[in-house]
Amino acid sequence: MASVIDIEGLVKSFGRVRALDGLDLTVHAGDVHGFLGPNGAGKTTTIRILLGLLRADGGRARLLGGDPWADAVALHRRLAYVPGDVTLWPNLTGGEAIDLLGRLRGGLDQRRRAELIERFDLDPSKKGRTYSKGNRQKVALVAALASNVELLLLDEPTAGLDPLMEVVFQDCIAEAKASGVTVLLSSHILAQVEKLCDRVSIVRRGRVVQTGTLAELRHLTRTTVEAETVRPVTGLAELPGVHDLTVTGQRVRFAVDTEHLDAAIKALGAFGLGSLVCQPPTLEEIMLRHYDERSGQPGQAGLNDENVGVAR
Amino acid sequence: MSTVTVAAPARAATSVTLAGTGTLVRFNLRRDRFALPAWVLGIAGFMLSGPYAYPDLYPTAQDRANQAAVIAGNPAMKAMTGPGFGIEDYTYGAMLANEYLGFVLILVGLMATFTVVRHTRVEEETGRFELVRASAVGRYAHLAAALLTAALASLVLGLIVAVGLGTSGVESIDWPGSLLFGATFTVTGLVFAGVAALTAQISAFGRAASGLAGAVIGVAFTVRAVGDVADNGLSWLSPFGWMQQTRVYVDDRWWPLLLGLVAAAVLVAIAFTLVDRRDVGAGLKAPRVGAQTGSAWLGTAGGFAWRLHRASVFWWSVAIFLLGTSYGSVTDVIESYADNESLRRMMESIGGATFVESFLSFICAIIALAATIFSIAAARRPRAEETGGRAEPVLATALSRTRWLASHVTVALAGGLLLLVMGGLGLGLAAAATTGQSRWVGDLLTAQLAYAPALWATTAVAVAVFGLWPRATWLAWAVLGWSLLSMYLGSLLQLPQWLLNLSAYQHIPRMPVAEFTALPLVLLTLIAAGLVAAGIAGFRRRNLDLA
Repeated sequence: MASVIDIEGLVKSFGRVRALDGLDLTVHAGDVHGFLGPNGAGKTTTIRILLGLLRADGGRARLLGGDPWADAVALHRRLAYVPGDVTLWPNLTGGEAIDLLGRLRGGLDQRRRAELIERFDLDPSKKGRTYSKGNRQKVALVAALASNVELLLLDEPTAGLDPLMEVVFQDCIAEAKASGVTVLLSSHILAQVEKLCDRVSIVRRGRVVQTGTLAELRHLTRTTVEAETVRPVTGLAELPGVHDLTVTGQRVRFAVDTEHLDAAIKALGAFGLGSLVCQPPTLEEIMLRHYDERSGQPGQAGLNDENVGVAR
Repeated sequence: MSTVTVAAPARAATSVTLAGTGTLVRFNLRRDRFALPAWVLGIAGFMLSGPYAYPDLYPTAQDRANQAAVIAGNPAMKAMTGPGFGIEDYTYGAMLANEYLGFVLILVGLMATFTVVRHTRVEEETGRFELVRASAVGRYAHLAAALLTAALASLVLGLIVAVGLGTSGVESIDWPGSLLFGATFTVTGLVFAGVAALTAQISAFGRAASGLAGAVIGVAFTVRAVGDVADNGLSWLSPFGWMQQTRVYVDDRWWPLLLGLVAAAVLVAIAFTLVDRRDVGAGLKAPRVGAQTGSAWLGTAGGFAWRLHRASVFWWSVAIFLLGTSYGSVTDVIESYADNESLRRMMESIGGATFVESFLSFICAIIALAATIFSIAAARRPRAEETGGRAEPVLATALSRTRWLASHVTVALAGGLLLLVMGGLGLGLAAAATTGQSRWVGDLLTAQLAYAPALWATTAVAVAVFGLWPRATWLAWAVLGWSLLSMYLGSLLQLPQWLLNLSAYQHIPRMPVAEFTALPLVLLTLIAAGLVAAGIAGFRRRNLDLA
């Protein structure tokens, strides 16, 4: 599969702060790629380097087969960008800002523009200063989505949108994906990522600590098992990959690495099952492990300081 | 079930509406801990450098009398410095008041207006105000704190100047006069703090509020200048005129300061009334609904830049045209200066030019400097777009950095040229109308346009700095300030020629007094082109400054 974004060992420092510390990222053509990580992890810096707004200190970045810094203008004709915090010109209306950004990008689809304004319920005749945060965000979204581009770079694009508009946004991204557009979506809204993204990369302290499909990420983590057994459970703690085991009479609860799930359930079956609930890890649980500063160094991902696994 | 009673908030009017003022003043001073001392010490240092140099520059009464003759006979000097009290017995004190007051008080006015706008409208525009107002802070607190901050700076400045002059020990610069001298600084600060308090209520934008207050300073200066040249009492309409009417070190009149105090009080009272009548974040005008779509022209680099600058180009054109006409309208008065036989002979012995010509050529230089204010402000706009986050989405489109910057620079340079045309036309038309000689229109337009290369070169400093050292775009203001200073005081302070040569405007032929020479104009244009090229090249290589 051709890759639209290809980053290896990207390094960027601001003074003494190392914002990117050898970041690797590959986004395949046609994918919606989730870009997740705590505040200050380096997501926005990565996107700005891809846009040629910042210059990398080291590493390699390719975008749509070109160099993001040297070929910026040519590449920008083929992509659209929505920042997380849109600032508009106080004396330009929203409609004017949409047309300005669209035309500077090389033209926009007027029919689609009208349709998107309708769907996002945006009043394009108000001056930039009078828009709320959500409405400023809509202006940038309409300008981006009404352009005929191959790639969308979206940096927390729905911050400030109401839940109804969030649904509209998700529909729009699904439509874009259906028509073959590649999307890099930086987001904190996990439901959005779970619904839209084919693949996810989790970035922390300037590095990608995990990347893969959601199924792969889940596989690398633990499933929570709760069961009632006919006879009290014994000996389960010795099984590989079983953690946090609590046995209260006939009730048992534990977490198990997904790769050892099969063995654990078989062992459990030997005690006679009354009820069984298996819960796959939510994206939230995956994320929280990475977001939590105390959970060890980048690259380590374990609830109990155990290395569960890192996919590259 | 228990009932919760909420105590009704106390309604002691002023204590509530002013709540938090003290904290805000301390906060303002903390935020301005570098800017305000720089203003105060800069102005005071410049002011105090003068009298200490006088005894060396003009050792005898005869030297001072010669200097007095130059000023008394020269309407251009009157326009720049003031009415020239005490010219008959030109003491060091009279000289100080005449040479410095008219110019330095402009800086005091700028300090006061910038301080007030920064702590009121700019805070409101950026939304930080909302956060602060949501705490236990009264409705009037921000404006009151901003005014107190400016007043405090003006008071400290006045004290430093008074004490500095009082202790200088220079003959005739005595304590009573020095206290009055310092007081004119403080009162000027108060007046223009009041002006800015008002303009900050009128416009919803900090930029426009500062611009409006700056326009008031410009009008006050022009009214004083024209009034002093024509000697018709018009100067009494200008705060700068009031300060000079104190006749400091000559008659030491304190009462004109009362005019300033009353004006400040009235302006502040109106400003506080307006605070009550408008919503937070809003100006006096309700925002209008605009176009739903952008014109095709807006979608181009040039059209976009023009859109951002066009309002400012329009208002500056009007202002510069009026500036030209107000100076041009006293041309016939200048002719009457020439009736004084001895003065005319003296002038002719200096340059062989007529009074009118030397006055108008000087005014051309002043108009060119004023027009450059617009051009530098326009050339600094890309920096505001960059740090304000508005450049980011635009430069993420297919618009190249070069074209984006070049379109702003084009508006700045071409707009400056347009302003020179407007200024030259205003000056020429008014001069022709009052004297009945139509040749002035063409002559003065040409003389004014000759300044274009100087305007471009000075503006290009802002472009070069934006590309190469973006934090220092104020440097262009420093260059312009120096040019103004050397134009204004260069000959009076007898500054060395190489220092004066740093100003681009010094190299422009002073038409219609001097002959046209092409070489300096060509060289300055080349310097401007080089600086712009360096700025663009630097900008193409650097990181954007993004929040």
